[in-house]
Amino acid sequence: MIKDLFLRGLGAGAVAGLLAGLFGFLVGEPFIDQAIAIEEAAAGAGHSHADELVSRGGQAFGLFLATTLYGLVVGGLFALAYAFVKGRFGPANEQALAVTLAAGGFLAVVLVPFLKYPGNPPAVGDPDTIGQRTVLYLVMLAIGLLALGAGAVIHRRFGWVAAVPAFLVIVGIAYAVLPGIQEVPPEFPAVLLWNFRVSSLGMQAVLWGVLGSVFALLSARQRVRV
Amino acid sequence: MSQMSSSPTIPVRTLLPWSAAVPILLIVAYLVTMDSAGVLAQTGDFLHELMHDGRHLLGVPCH
Repeated sequence: MIKDLFLRGLGAGAVAGLLAGLFGFLVGEPFIDQAIAIEEAAAGAGHSHADELVSRGGQAFGLFLATTLYGLVVGGLFALAYAFVKGRFGPANEQALAVTLAAGGFLAVVLVPFLKYPGNPPAVGDPDTIGQRTVLYLVMLAIGLLALGAGAVIHRRFGWVAAVPAFLVIVGIAYAVLPGIQEVPPEFPAVLLWNFRVSSLGMQAVLWGVLGSVFALLSARQRVRV
Repeated sequence: MSQMSSSPTIPVRTLLPWSAAVPILLIVAYLVTMDSAGVLAQTGDFLHELMHDGRHLLGVPCH
């Protein structure tokens, strides 16, 4: 039973990761290339990328590897979360539950951390603060999951009218309390930063959207077969 | 609604053994998204550099 769900999650996650990689390759890669050009221009002749370990073409392939592995991880965790919430929280209909859970996952794991600590293109970000930025990002992600869980519990007892404000209050307090990070160099093009961040958010939306949809479709197919 | 379209609850004790999969999945997630100078650096940074663009676009702190 759980094994079926888990394999369904891994399968849906792999498909979602591949399609997210395709979206990233078509939409996001041009912005990364532009940012790397700025990075290299700023570094000057002393910092050549000619002898890099992995070529830019290799990194484009690596994009698919990264998104597919990430999709498998998210799909596996999604399936286990689905197995837990099924019958406890959310819609009774299995397909509606899959899509709702994916939307909740995107909200908590992607959107909540993104609005506080958005991803950066190459040439943005101080390497000396990577540890601090990573911890803050993970704290924000954990708070997103906490707020989602609290929202689900409150929703079951008091409905949306209490669950949505509770979610927003938890996330809002975290936004207000946690330190902001501003490491974008003044000369970095604002349009490029915006485009990169929208494409980054778009890629995650593709990943979670496809994950929820494919998982729901596979649930329907399995039920017909049974 | 037929019984088949309802969602029977899976008991926690049935779920519990599957929680063993969580750390394994999280290790893979760590290697893809976080491993700045850790395990993958042992491969001469090859895998880390290979997945560079993915990390940026997934929105995790990169460098």
